[in-house]
Amino acid sequence: MTITLVFLAALLAFFLGWVLSRTVNVEPWVADGGSINDHLPEILTTPRVGLAIFLAVASSVFALSISAYHMRMDWGPDWLSVPSPALLWVNTVILVLGSLALQWSWNAARRDDPAGRRRWLYVGGALTCAFFVGQILVWRDLTAAGYYVTANPANSFFYFMTGLHALHLLGGLVAWVRTVKRDRDDTPSDVVCTSVELCTIYWHYLLVIWFILFALLLTT
Amino acid sequence: MAELGHDATSHAPPREMPEMELPHGHSFWTTYVFSQDAKTIAIQYSVTAISVGLLAMVLSILIRLQLGFPNTFSLIDPSAYLQYVTMHGMIMVVYLLTALFLGGFGNYFIPLMIGARDMAFPYLNMLSFWFYFVSVLVLIASFFVPGGPTGAGWTLYPPQLISEGTPGIHGGVILMMVSLGIFIVGFTMGGLNYIVTILQYRTRGMTLMRLPLTIWGIFLATMLALLAFPALLVAALMVLLDHLAGTSFFMPAMFSMGEQLPHEGGSPLLFQHLFWFFGHPEVYIVALPAFGVVSDILATHARRNIFGYRMMVWALVAIGGLSFVVWAHHMYVSGMNPYFGFLFATTTLIIAVPTAIKVYNWVLTLWHGNIRLTVPMLFAIGFIFTFINGGMSGLFLGNVALDVPLADTYFVVGHFHMVMAVAPVMTIYAAIYHWYPKITGRMLHEGMGKIHFWVTFIGAYSIFYPMHYLGLMGVPRRYFAWGETAPFIGDDVVMLNAVISIAAIAVAAAQLLFIYNLIRSRKHGEEAGPNPWQATTLEWQTEHTPPTHGNFGKELPVVYRWAYDYSVPGTKYDYIPQNVPPEEVEMAEPAAGAAKT
Repeated sequence: MTITLVFLAALLAFFLGWVLSRTVNVEPWVADGGSINDHLPEILTTPRVGLAIFLAVASSVFALSISAYHMRMDWGPDWLSVPSPALLWVNTVILVLGSLALQWSWNAARRDDPAGRRRWLYVGGALTCAFFVGQILVWRDLTAAGYYVTANPANSFFYFMTGLHALHLLGGLVAWVRTVKRDRDDTPSDVVCTSVELCTIYWHYLLVIWFILFALLLTT
Repeated sequence: MAELGHDATSHAPPREMPEMELPHGHSFWTTYVFSQDAKTIAIQYSVTAISVGLLAMVLSILIRLQLGFPNTFSLIDPSAYLQYVTMHGMIMVVYLLTALFLGGFGNYFIPLMIGARDMAFPYLNMLSFWFYFVSVLVLIASFFVPGGPTGAGWTLYPPQLISEGTPGIHGGVILMMVSLGIFIVGFTMGGLNYIVTILQYRTRGMTLMRLPLTIWGIFLATMLALLAFPALLVAALMVLLDHLAGTSFFMPAMFSMGEQLPHEGGSPLLFQHLFWFFGHPEVYIVALPAFGVVSDILATHARRNIFGYRMMVWALVAIGGLSFVVWAHHMYVSGMNPYFGFLFATTTLIIAVPTAIKVYNWVLTLWHGNIRLTVPMLFAIGFIFTFINGGMSGLFLGNVALDVPLADTYFVVGHFHMVMAVAPVMTIYAAIYHWYPKITGRMLHEGMGKIHFWVTFIGAYSIFYPMHYLGLMGVPRRYFAWGETAPFIGDDVVMLNAVISIAAIAVAAAQLLFIYNLIRSRKHGEEAGPNPWQATTLEWQTEHTPPTHGNFGKELPVVYRWAYDYSVPGTKYDYIPQNVPPEEVEMAEPAAGAAKT
């Protein structure tokens, strides 16, 4: 549970700092002639805050899975690590490219360049689908080589964690489809820009999660 | 981070925020069923939660009938008994308390109390309720599958959870896990809404330090829930995989009925860690909103400002943070490293410090207060008593040396029912009696309310106090009957069990009276008016009672003060609503000959 606790401690430290900055030296019992505000800075728009909270929840899921992985690994000598097929490297590169494509789409959206926005949005989605295909191939190869999901706890965890990551990406694709729909009909361009932005942040986040999971699989 | 910006103008204009487009319903279906109005969603949440809670109450009566009068009711066999215990626990903790406090109270009070028109994401909010509703249906469905619901206890410990011999290992377990999964997904949607709304939609002047404590409680409890429920989700997914795909996350190599099971190498302890990593914060997910609600009700009905508001906020934050580092005190007898036990006993006892701050502050709020013994106030005071009692027995169980002999006895059952069943339920009643007039425009019948309170309060103590004694006698929990040990069981234990069961039936009857009161007062209750308790918070200052979709009139209220300006010296009335500017406060006529100091 150390990893989860470190993650939570970081969140808590951030939150405590924020709460204390807003509550120390405030005299709540004083009525104010005008009125005071302590809203979040402008840059934290409502959709961004919503996504940030969701990312905290998703991080909790991954931190707990990684904690469970470590706990289980340390407990028994029966742990036989899964080999890391070369294809995983290819998939990683594809995922990085997908993230970059979405970033370009977001940049184009901010430049008010609808053609670029759409082109890179499609490229990003296509690369993500390619990543999926790649992951399915990895799973198939491993199964064919005798690394069944039930053969060893390490295998179970490998499938569980890569599956969890894939599920999150699948959820992201649902948001991507909605964004594409907005991009195609006459939704105002600032709304589309927000959608693209949220997708991009989410993709970057899942890329970081993938790096962590991949590093974990490589090192253990 | 933005600085606190002071406005020089004395009459500040309403906060300029883009007017929300409220998704008004246009037909019966979109107004009442698939509504996106937080208040309607709140009522849907509450009605569903209370209904399923009544079912869990019936299960508890069945449990008590068996324990109080063994061998009398043939329909309760050992399997059914275990299933009742499991479902009673799970429904009460997750599907009633969590859903009602956050889904019900959260949806109703957050927008109204912070001066917002609605939640930040109304559509997501609606989805959240429907996910919850489906999760309840799936849970109930497990009563109707072959083998019935799971009987592994609400803690769902593997390996017995999915081993032959435990009731409901086929359909029951699967439906339970699926239901929990749906619940968590639904809750995440709702929880996102609560947090974002509190962060982003506070009206002008509603700074963090002017939030009513109810909102602080809901805010922090939601954060705990968002971070803790994933542990249950991960555990539920792994159990499903163990059960359906044959993996061995939690299942060790086992012989069952002379045959070796296909599983090998799983760790039941891993499940316990994951489960309690969710399970302990869950206690505070229920308790923190209760703390907040009680604080507000005490202040209002004692006509005094809450004692030590800032300390109350920091204590809530501290309790929330600490609740993540105590989980293994549920696992002292699980065979984990004894040094861990020492560590977790320490953190557990440290929680007593912020909790004690809260209790002292509640009592000091009452001190010299102009206490009105209304029904909500009775329940709030009942909460303080019960919470102190439950907390005290927690000191025993938090210590490893005392917990080892007391684990798995009725002492534990008595403790957690006092602290996380009776205490939060007292708060729920306090809240319903307090806010029902705003929600419906009518008062609940006071006489019936007082009968409800006294029967519930005395009854709950008659149920759970003797359980501590049973526990000290060594009576184990979760036993259907004594079996061959019956000759060693004293008459006092047998008699106490019968007394407890009779008290339980009386308490259940009082809850039916409450339900009758709810239904009757909806049409025939006394007219409440907009602010029957003369309270300061924004929900009592709305133009309409009950508030319409959009909550406030054309302009959102501007907040000039905290929520606790009760009995301010020198003012005419003993309360000043949050949206009254300082220069509009009516001052009292100076009494003739009174010397001002």
